[in-house]
Amino acid sequence: MLDKHGKIERNSFLLLFLTVIVVSIGGLVEIVPLFRVETTIEKVEGMRPYTPLELAGKSIYIREGCYTCHSQQIRPLRDEVERYGHYSIAAESMYDHPFQWGSKRTGPDLARIGGKYSDDWHVAHMIDPRSVVPESIMPAYAFLARRGARLHDIDRHMRALQRIGVPYTDEMIENAYWDAMTQASNDPYEADALRSRYGDNVNIRDFDGNPNKTTELDALIAYMQVLGTLVDFKTYQEAQ
Amino acid sequence: MKKKTDKTEKASRTGPEIDKHSGVETTGHEWDGLKELNNPAPRWWLWIFLLTVIWSIWYWVMYPSWPTLSGHTEGLYGWTQHKQLKEQQAEILQRQQAYLEAFRAMPLDGIAEHEELYRFALAGGASAFKDNCAACHGIDAAGMSHYPNLNDDAWIWGGSLEDIYESIKYGIRSEHNETRYSEMPAFGADGILNRQEILDVTDYVLSLSGLAAENLRGAEIYREQCASCHGMDGRGDRSVGAPDLADAIWLYGSSRDAVYSVIYHSRNGVMPHWDGILSEDRIRQLTLYVHSLGGGE
Ligand code: HEC
Ligand code: HEC
Ligand code: HEC
Repeated sequence: MLDKHGKIERNSFLLLFLTVIVVSIGGLVEIVPLFRVETTIEKVEGMRPYTPLELAGKSIYIREGCYTCHSQQIRPLRDEVERYGHYSIAAESMYDHPFQWGSKRTGPDLARIGGKYSDDWHVAHMIDPRSVVPESIMPAYAFLARRGARLHDIDRHMRALQRIGVPYTDEMIENAYWDAMTQASNDPYEADALRSRYGDNVNIRDFDGNPNKTTELDALIAYMQVLGTLVDFKTYQEAQ
Repeated sequence: MKKKTDKTEKASRTGPEIDKHSGVETTGHEWDGLKELNNPAPRWWLWIFLLTVIWSIWYWVMYPSWPTLSGHTEGLYGWTQHKQLKEQQAEILQRQQAYLEAFRAMPLDGIAEHEELYRFALAGGASAFKDNCAACHGIDAAGMSHYPNLNDDAWIWGGSLEDIYESIKYGIRSEHNETRYSEMPAFGADGILNRQEILDVTDYVLSLSGLAAENLRGAEIYREQCASCHGMDGRGDRSVGAPDLADAIWLYGSSRDAVYSVIYHSRNGVMPHWDGILSEDRIRQLTLYVHSLGGGE
């Protein structure tokens, strides 16, 4: 048996056939469990899909490559939990397409950055990181404060996500544009409607301090401020 | 290509070819006259290979490894990362237990008298400060524009242990239900005062700390509009978080433009709350740490 390899190596079709078999065993072992992804995602309270404004912010996060320096996954290691808070659980990124876990940490992990800093701080930090953290090597993103957020087709982005399983309702998609404008406003017109769709904890305010325009900075800060704040860990821990 | 297949076939028909030079079999492969010796793999290599195979089987049995349709095999050790984390946390807690019990039982103002407990609190507070507070208050707590210095004895909301504890736990103009709250009106943006009036009152405010000449019209406006919060003498009012305007310490700058801008737009700085984000022990440690920085009352 062990010295049959000469025969296999000399017959390219046999070699190909056997290679495919061996590789598919490895592939199946890795892929099949993912069809039963409900076995890895914890049942938790509080998770909801991103609001349209937060979703626009997430797209900016990806576009600007923030993930090349920041991870969004707190690993279950003592020092990480000490610094960043409860370790990340699978349910927290179940609506992320693509997820932003990452392993490159030039800057800190951002999985629980929501609520840690004020909007003002984020504005100052994005416009000029050195103004608040003198030794920072993070690039400045001042242009985000000038550019309008891309909201005219945010409903189509949500429709695409709906098709791959994110539980956006048709009502959410129809109202996407105005929900986004509402969320970034200091005296919102349709706050109750927005809350009825996404829950009472939605942050509604003018994130970037410029009430005249819904900018990319509004969207990005709305996204930052929701990260890691949705799951109710009190009920999660009790269930464990 | 054709030629090579012929040769290989020949080799397999006539049995292995022996290399004359070394006396070792060749594999029968030939490239432009170069042939490959069929030496066996070294023994040590083979053994290490077999050992890794055995080790991997042990690993499958002892540790979580194979995915199954309803999850994965658990392994005889029952090891998970989450369990390991819990054990490590329990170990640290165990080590801190000697201090923690006494620390929790003692009111904040009693701790400074117990040298060891106090050291324990300050060490915990100092490290939590770097992780959570330094981005705003600076690594040395000296503050910066918009973010107050916590080393000095000029307090906006108060420098006693209880005051500091409340500021940290509930935040200032934060999202917490019990947050400290107050709002200075935007005198210009909301049309309460016109440009000239704001210029006058700006000069008056600056005159309180000797940065401008006395302005009588400004003083009048100040009495009407500002004294209710900042006090008749400009010494501020901690119950509404209105800063002292007569000292040399400025949250938003002492230039005429900066002061004008604060009065025109108002600022209302936000400090996040830490209740629910940091543990109660941490918040108390931070309170003692901030209090110890030099300005504690
Ligand atoms: C070149 C690497 C790099 C890139 C790209 C980068 N950052 Fe950072 N970031 C850092 C570093 C380093 C720090 C720590 C110093 C500081 O706070 O500025 C940081 C800090 C932060 C913090 C504060 C985290 C904390 O806990 O204190 C936030 C929020 C943040 N970055 C957001 C972003 C966003 C959003 C983007 C994309 C628009 C981005 N960063 C892109 C390197 C980077
Ligand atoms: C997002 C920025 C930010 C972070 C992070 C932050 N603070 Fe503050 N903090 C502020 C601001 C702004 C004020 C002043 C609020 C005001 O204008 O009244 C303040 C005020 C305070 C005060 C009251 C000062 C006074 O004069 O009464 C204390 C005490 C304090 N912070 C402690 C902390 C501690 C401890 C932490 C870390 C756990 C922390 N802060 C984290 C922004 C921040
Ligand atoms: C309702 C109470 C209230 C009234 C009325 C009020 N202020 Fe204030 N003022 C505040 C508070 C609170 C702050 C601190 C804001 C912060 O911490 O972000 C402040 C801050 C300031 C500052 C900034 C101080 C610094 O350290 O940089 C100036 C200057 C100031 N006020 C001037 C005025 C003047 C002039 C008026 C009247 C025209 C006035 N205020 C009326 C509450 C008030």
